[in-house]
Amino acid sequence: MHEMSLCEGVLQVIEDSAAAQKFSQVKTVWLELGRFACVEPEAMRFSFDVVMKGTLADGAKLELIDLPANVWCLSCSKHIDIEQRYDACPSCGDYQLQISGGEEMRIKQLEVE
Amino acid sequence: MCTVCGCGEGETTIEGHEHQHDDGHSHSHVHDHHEHGDHSHDYGQGAAHAHAPGLSQSRMVQIEQDILSKNNQYADANRRYFSEHGILCLNLVSSPGSGKTTLLSETIKGMSDQHSVAVIEGDQQTALDADRIRKSGARAVQINTGKGCHLDAHMVAHAMADLQLLRGSMLFIENVGNLVCPAAFDLGEVAKVVILSVTEGADKPLKYPDMFHAASLMILNKTDLLPYVDFDVAACCDYARRINPGIKIVQLSATTGEGMQQWYDWINAQCKIAQTGLSEAG
Repeated sequence: MHEMSLCEGVLQVIEDSAAAQKFSQVKTVWLELGRFACVEPEAMRFSFDVVMKGTLADGAKLELIDLPANVWCLSCSKHIDIEQRYDACPSCGDYQLQISGGEEMRIKQLEVE
Repeated sequence: MCTVCGCGEGETTIEGHEHQHDDGHSHSHVHDHHEHGDHSHDYGQGAAHAHAPGLSQSRMVQIEQDILSKNNQYADANRRYFSEHGILCLNLVSSPGSGKTTLLSETIKGMSDQHSVAVIEGDQQTALDADRIRKSGARAVQINTGKGCHLDAHMVAHAMADLQLLRGSMLFIENVGNLVCPAAFDLGEVAKVVILSVTEGADKPLKYPDMFHAASLMILNKTDLLPYVDFDVAACCDYARRINPGIKIVQLSATTGEGMQQWYDWINAQCKIAQTGLSEAG
């Protein structure tokens, strides 16, 4: 339950910023997840509800933003889009790809009261 | 709350540490300074239940912070410590049963005459692995993660404090047997080493790409069993390089000793790099 620890990380960040930004309740949490971030959205949603119970983010809505990776195909000399890290270039079938990003796990913003 | 870093309570235990808290949580902290390498810690991941009454208008707060930022801060601190002390720290990851502990104990026997070696053992439960490592001659601390599926940088920082690592030494971290989560958790190590045994599928690099992407070295273990299993070494190496073009691959058998010298050579090279610029003084 790796997503469970991630949600605990989210809660820590929320609690830290609650003190700094003076809010007492979180209504919505926006998370940016890179496509290769080893996070399963469904498991994340499930863990999120469980972890936030009884905290200042109890019942908060979780909005997940999918961030595609920046992939450059060396053979085609162009940017392409792939779903998985081991995918070949959809245009030429080559595996010579330069991948940057796609591993983001970031709390973007909160809607708070 | 823990006084080292303010950590809360939880399921994790490190041998030798226990204390009791007013809030009903406990972890253990037995400080026995005459028996280094025989410790355990107990951690937790409790919430700080902040209930602040009062209403205000809904507003947006920009956070833009990495979820793992806490872990990464601890990892950076660990890395800095390793760097300052010329310590080579390797994070060994694999699925359960790949032969990590056997490889480690053989490595300790093979290298401890040239290097001071310490080991942090991660398992869900029991101190069996740390016991095995101690028998092979290295100091070891066992971390039990309880329900957790990986070690994090904070647990490692505590275990490091127990081990009192020597300058220019080597620290092996044997992560929880799991090819998924440990990929995402930086412990401050110099490199991740992924161990795959030939009794597993050759397509593991494709099935668990994140781990093979994160690792610098892949060890193909149990090569003595190749005649008895259907394992395509070339395909496996091809898959690993497809995920991670720069990955180094060593084939060995920790049981027969075949190929171990290559692994030692790689470690020695990494040790040299780790110790570069380390002054004799201090």
